[in-house]
Amino acid sequence: MTVEVRIPTILRTYTDGEKAVQSEGETLGGLIDNLESAHPGLRDRLIDDKDGQPDLRRFVNIYVNDEDVRFSGGLQAPVADGDQVVVLPAVAGG
Amino acid sequence: MLTIDQATYDAIVAHAKRDHPDEACGIVAGPEGSDRPERLVEMTNAAGSPTFYEFDSTELLALYKQMWAADEEPVVIYHSHTATEAFPSRTDIGLASEPGAHYVLVSTREHGNNQGPVEFRSYSIVDGEVTEEEVAVSDESSPPESQRSTTP
Repeated sequence: MTVEVRIPTILRTYTDGEKAVQSEGETLGGLIDNLESAHPGLRDRLIDDKDGQPDLRRFVNIYVNDEDVRFSGGLQAPVADGDQVVVLPAVAGG
Repeated sequence: MLTIDQATYDAIVAHAKRDHPDEACGIVAGPEGSDRPERLVEMTNAAGSPTFYEFDSTELLALYKQMWAADEEPVVIYHSHTATEAFPSRTDIGLASEPGAHYVLVSTREHGNNQGPVEFRSYSIVDGEVTEEEVAVSDESSPPESQRSTTP
């Protein structure tokens, strides 16, 4: 099973400039762990290990089939063959 | 240098004045690689705050999908400061994630919601490095109203 992951400009240094990469997993967390083996360093830009518990970084938005995963289980959000995952850094500031 | 047409410049200023004392934010998209800010999209400041802005996450995805479909990119990313100068804050610098974009800051601290001049300045922010750039306002007409939208 494969899932397409859309990579934002700022993180394409980890994907040799590719705008989208394929990965797999049953949950978003598993998918990101698999991404990390192919693209070392990427996981750390998406996930923060708070008190040993991995959590999505506050200013990174991840969508599975257009749904912001913050509202659908976070790293536990299920992913399935053919799903599209989009990573977008928040556009934010003070 | 940022070259921007008068109508788009005015629309950004009007947005900043309208949302004062909260920060206003949005982008101007343009054809990929063109460096031409053509299509203004006002975004909702999900933070609704005088000291912080954040594009609403659902609108953000819709916006990027629109741009990808149209081979556009964010040429200008703008927001306002409502009590301080038009210079990127530490948070602005830390969170800047479009190295190719012009980050425009408008300060409404002088006149708030009222008429009157504002500070309108532009920067590139790459790897935490801020470089101010000249802003050239052109008379060239902006794209027709039909190509504009307030939300993606």
